[in-house]
Amino acid sequence: MYLAPALVVLGGLLAYPIYQLGLISVFHYTQAQVSGGEPTTFEGFGNYSRLFSDGQFWEVLLATVVFAAACVVSTLAVGCALAVLLTRVRAVPRLALMLAALGAWATPAITGSTVWLFLFDADFGPVNRVLGLGDHSWTYGRFSAFFLVLLEVVWCSFPFVMVTVYAGIRAVPAEVLEAAALDGASQWRIWRSVLAPMLRPILVVVTIQSVIWDFKVFTQIYVMTGGGGIAGQNLVLNVYAYQKAFASSQYSLGAAIGVVMLLILLAVTLVYLRLLRRQGEEL
Amino acid sequence: MSPVRQDVESRVNLLSRFTRRPGRTAAEATALVVAAVVAFPLYWMVLSAFKPAGEIRSGEPRPWTSAPTLDSFRRVFGQQDFGRYFLNSVVVAVAVVIASAFIAFLAATAVTRFRFRLRTTLLIMFLVAQMVPVEALTIPLFFVMRDLGQLNTLWSLILPHIAFSLPFAIWMLRGFVKGVPEALEEAAYMDGASRTRFLWQILFPLVLPGLVATSVFSFISAWNDFLFAKSFIISDISQSTLPMALLVFYKPDDPDWGGVMAASTVMTIPVLVFFVLVQRRLVSGLGGAVKD
Repeated sequence: MYLAPALVVLGGLLAYPIYQLGLISVFHYTQAQVSGGEPTTFEGFGNYSRLFSDGQFWEVLLATVVFAAACVVSTLAVGCALAVLLTRVRAVPRLALMLAALGAWATPAITGSTVWLFLFDADFGPVNRVLGLGDHSWTYGRFSAFFLVLLEVVWCSFPFVMVTVYAGIRAVPAEVLEAAALDGASQWRIWRSVLAPMLRPILVVVTIQSVIWDFKVFTQIYVMTGGGGIAGQNLVLNVYAYQKAFASSQYSLGAAIGVVMLLILLAVTLVYLRLLRRQGEEL
Repeated sequence: MSPVRQDVESRVNLLSRFTRRPGRTAAEATALVVAAVVAFPLYWMVLSAFKPAGEIRSGEPRPWTSAPTLDSFRRVFGQQDFGRYFLNSVVVAVAVVIASAFIAFLAATAVTRFRFRLRTTLLIMFLVAQMVPVEALTIPLFFVMRDLGQLNTLWSLILPHIAFSLPFAIWMLRGFVKGVPEALEEAAYMDGASRTRFLWQILFPLVLPGLVATSVFSFISAWNDFLFAKSFIISDISQSTLPMALLVFYKPDDPDWGGVMAASTVMTIPVLVFFVLVQRRLVSGLGGAVKD
């Protein structure tokens, strides 16, 4: 009974659209079908075979995976390092870092994107002046554009990792750490052999959460590279699906890409569940 | 004092003298530098919003301004219906936060406190639902909204955002509800409290920190959204939201940086205020959610 509202909302606005997404992906669906001008025709897996035989799709898929992996690794490294740093400083620097991080976290993706773009602007941005790069354009090259987006993504997503891991470290009893320090363990050793195992459940949560978020990056790519970069060089799956569906009205191709994404993330979920189960946690 | 003990003590002193003190100074310096770097984009955003046009378009950008001006803000607020967009964004975000917190609280209670068939399946479904790429569902959601006759209304933004923030909220709240001892529930019933009364007067205040933490996420997702606003609000721009107002100033070839930065500032400040308000509860909330 308590579940009813949740089930109604999720059923109507999540499960049903997913079902429709699958449906659209096996039909021939373009502008004519949307406006009702032509009847829809069943295509089976035609859309998928067209997608899989398209070289661009594989390129975008590879870019998405590499980009997401780079984002996750950088975010986790920065977040964990700063969380450890937070435990080693007094109140004032801690508050300063915490507030700065909350500020970055609170910044909406769209304003974060425009601000970073402005910072790295070829003509008026301060970064090129400081680095003495002249009017080097960051969004022109494929890798530098991805790198710029990566910086923004790390900037706005490391605070979640930092705050969560910091909260986790604080929950570790001080005696354990003191005992390790007394036994002559180095900082790195304490982190590796004491903290990391105790924080494992938390690390799993933030890793999975980061994978989910970074695999689905949309706004940053869309705004910072102008909808996928020059000739689509900076496309990731999410933006690719959107461009296929709404820019070129190939709704069924866009839907097929959506289904592929869904399946990949489903695989990630299964890994997550297995990890949870191995920890012996009951759902 | 035994020599062994003395030795240990001197080693500890040695440790703290040689590693901790210089280590701590370096750590604090690092923390401050990192804080400055992290805060810099926000500082630059606010600064640029106040800079006169000449300074923004100068080839020698300076980290201060000699003639602060409200020109950019005037352009932003002078834009037709800007106040309306702001209000729309607030309405959508507040509605999503309240509705999803309420629904998630009930659902989280159900999945942690009651045993029923398909419970585990349901939990896994909630987890899987978090993975769904929102953007991919824009296409079918567009048709759903059209069939419900809700295109061009704020409902077309509120409803999907409730749906997308629910799974994460339920998943996170679960940890909090779990943390409340079952004995407390039994004691409440022994004292003659009804189930509803237990739910709202005992359980609800106890999981409030968790609700705050989850509402941060639903607030952000609703406030930041520009894809739904772009796709579902097609003809009636009086129903549009802030991100659309921001994008007016952002033309890829020749962006009005002053306007973009001013609009970004206006858009970021409410979220910042919200964050500062819930900051403490957020940190303890996240700690609690992942502890279980």
